Amino acid sequence: MSAPTRRSAEEIGSTATGPRPLPALGPQRAVPAPDEVDTVLDSGLRVIAVRRAEVPMVEVRLRVPFADLGQAADSDHAAVAELLSTTILSGTSSRSRVGIDDDLAGVGGEIGFAVDPERLAVSGHALAEGLDTLLEVLADLLLHATHPDDELARERERLVERIEMASAQPSVIARRALQERRYGTHPVTREMPRPEEVSAVSAESVRALQASALRPGGAVLVLVGDLDPSDAVRRVESALAEWTGGEAAGMPALPALTARDLLLVDRPGSVQSQLRLSAPAVGRTDPRYGALQLANLSLGGYFSSRLVENLREDKGYTYHASSSLELDPHGAALLVETDVASEVTAPALLELRYELGRLAVVPPTAEEVESARRYLVGSLLISMTTQAGYASTVASLAAHGLSAAWIREHPARIEAVTVEEVAAAAAEFFAPTRFTGVVVADAARAADGLRALGGVEVGS
Amino acid sequence: MTSSVTAPNRADGAAGGLHRRVLDNGLRVLLVPDPAAPVVGVAVHVDVGFRSEPEGRTGFAHLFEHLMFQGSESLEKLAHFRHVQSSGGVFNGSTHQDYTNYFEVLPSAALERALFLEADRLRAPRLTADNLRNQVDVVKEEIRLNVLNRPYGGFPWILLPPVLYDTYPNAHNGYGDFTDLEQADLDDAAAFFDAYYAPGNAVLTVVGDLDPDEAATLVEKHFGDIPARAVPTRPSFAEPPPDGVRRDDVTDAHAPLPAIALGHRLPDPDADLDAYLAHAVLASLLTDGEAARLTQRLVYGDALVTDVSASCGLMGAPLDARDPDTFTVTAVHPASVEPDRIVEAVDDELATLAAEGPDPEELRRVTARWASSLHREHDRLMSRMLALGAAELVQGRAELADELPGLIAAVEPSAVAAAAGSLRPDARAILTITPGGDR
Repeated sequence: MSAPTRRSAEEIGSTATGPRPLPALGPQRAVPAPDEVDTVLDSGLRVIAVRRAEVPMVEVRLRVPFADLGQAADSDHAAVAELLSTTILSGTSSRSRVGIDDDLAGVGGEIGFAVDPERLAVSGHALAEGLDTLLEVLADLLLHATHPDDELARERERLVERIEMASAQPSVIARRALQERRYGTHPVTREMPRPEEVSAVSAESVRALQASALRPGGAVLVLVGDLDPSDAVRRVESALAEWTGGEAAGMPALPALTARDLLLVDRPGSVQSQLRLSAPAVGRTDPRYGALQLANLSLGGYFSSRLVENLREDKGYTYHASSSLELDPHGAALLVETDVASEVTAPALLELRYELGRLAVVPPTAEEVESARRYLVGSLLISMTTQAGYASTVASLAAHGLSAAWIREHPARIEAVTVEEVAAAAAEFFAPTRFTGVVVADAARAADGLRALGGVEVGS
Repeated sequence: MTSSVTAPNRADGAAGGLHRRVLDNGLRVLLVPDPAAPVVGVAVHVDVGFRSEPEGRTGFAHLFEHLMFQGSESLEKLAHFRHVQSSGGVFNGSTHQDYTNYFEVLPSAALERALFLEADRLRAPRLTADNLRNQVDVVKEEIRLNVLNRPYGGFPWILLPPVLYDTYPNAHNGYGDFTDLEQADLDDAAAFFDAYYAPGNAVLTVVGDLDPDEAATLVEKHFGDIPARAVPTRPSFAEPPPDGVRRDDVTDAHAPLPAIALGHRLPDPDADLDAYLAHAVLASLLTDGEAARLTQRLVYGDALVTDVSASCGLMGAPLDARDPDTFTVTAVHPASVEPDRIVEAVDDELATLAAEGPDPEELRRVTARWASSLHREHDRLMSRMLALGAAELVQGRAELADELPGLIAAVEPSAVAAAAGSLRPDARAILTITPGGDR
């Protein structure tokens, strides 16, 4: 550090000409709609192919409804499904685990599987010239995965270890408690199976689920990339010709989300508390959706929001506080969450309720709405600029029965939302009395404050 | 603007071009039109990383990065975040071994606003005692989150360098010790800014839906009047390679299983890019994918480890730092497995590769995956912008970022064999992690 003349911090922070004005925004170019085919094959599989040729790649997303139809409280569906998605890449009747990976690597490809209570999701990509190989391997996995005994035994062990480690995470404990508080024993609550449930899963039951539940009816396959959409659909039709078998299992309707006291879940020795509050919301097709999105952003949907500025920047209670919309095909909910130091558990809940109430009765100002609007329109635009982002967005819209056109038209809807409509949505959806939820905390440290505050089922 | 050079664009010849300029104050400017989507990105790469921070001030380069978000002459605290977000954009910054970057991606309507935001803090950041104290606290929370309160925190990027290297710049913890962070004061910040944040010590990268001439005018308007300052002489961080096996063991209170990291010196990419890239390909050949050599041998064959990963470069990406940099092999393993058995198996695989080289088809698969992952990365404007800016600053050639898929595909089996042979068992660091919790 040998600057000839050393300036002080104060000198560095000012210039002779003083502060300058922020430049205005320029004109924004619109996005042309890409070439696209959206069709349903005879098998019931919906295929959406989109040409986006910025790089010579193709992205593939497959979503198959994969719900537990039994709904029994002791159902092992979640554990079997989880293990299925873990072992599906370990071999088919014609390819070994290494053979699958070699074939994919040859076309710069990868495929991954994941399950949740509602669906099985496949994500893949390859160099555009390798689309046929990618589809052929995908078809082989869907139709002929063998889940070999030895591979399955090893993966089962690894899965149990991973779940045990995850189950100790406070965020996972809080999520499970919230799901049960909201939806009781409905299958939607079973996002992560218990280790003992996984240990009990047999190879036969995994193979049986693969044979019975992986069905094309109601599933959607999205392809985005350097491709000709009609040609890509033909390739899919040919590669997946054998995939038939009727309707996949959709999730049963959720029980109504009703307002009630929060539940305190004791986690002795915890140094942080997890606060999770939730209330019913509406989804994308509701006329109030745009206003609800903007109200949600103003409350805690991005950094420049009321929750962040109060709980983090002003009070210093937390690293992050947020509010979000959970949009599942079977229901929509608001979720307000923050993790705070144990000693401020009750004060933080007080501030959350204060901000919910304030949003309802002191609605977002014109300036707050405008900031949220610009952020929403801009972040939507940015999220759609990659093949991968486009593919994921279209796949998740399709699961709601919507098409890519919906997302292209959404900025216009957002531009049209008025400050009054945001105020109405804020009053309708964010009143604190509409919420339920959980607090995961060391009860010995947090219970007294929560009891004094009220509205929390503390136990004895 | 004193000079203007136009170079060919992406290796596959996509339209756009890469326009290079230098302002009178020394700021290097890269303008890269990419009309695929109506968004733009602006990035400033400053030629200072944690290897340059003073002794007794570990973590200062990263702490200073935080301070650069706390306001500037025309922008109150929090205004930077608000202006980016209310323009529909996203932002971040990061501190590496040899550089620090600041960037945002926004709808193209906000191009001038983004240039204004970056110029204002490069001209006159608001360095205050309150912000310094506040950001020391925030950085400590970040370190607790990413290192102290999680299993394998800082493994291997913080823990391995002190085993492999002797000199302070290469060996010390770039996140910083809490005591050093707490002692940092405003004079340190002022001196650091004056010394390293001179316009001549930075590269400005602007990518996206832009006209190069219009963008050049806007760049000149906002950055042109930042006064030139002396550019620091970049020191050499060279030190001799290890002359033996250097071992250390660290206890990790949160780790459920033991782990091991091998550290080797990489060739200097400036002196021998081909040899360096052969190491990048070698890393993929060893651990990328189910069929990779070490994955096959250690995870599935001998079942010695639960996970294994090889990396060319300490921060996970190749060509991110100047010489010296590190090739790592890391593995998490059951307590029943002696670490030396893993080392022996790694050496066995390396010796085979050095003697026989990779199968050409195996090599082709690895480079196809590389090309594909680079294409995907560059499809994201933010990633391509950061790769271009870093390549311009670190290697002096932004084009390298776009040429990488072709260069990787051209690596010969014999070069990979030579790379495997260069990872000698008698010149390396071996770091072991011992679980120390009472789980």
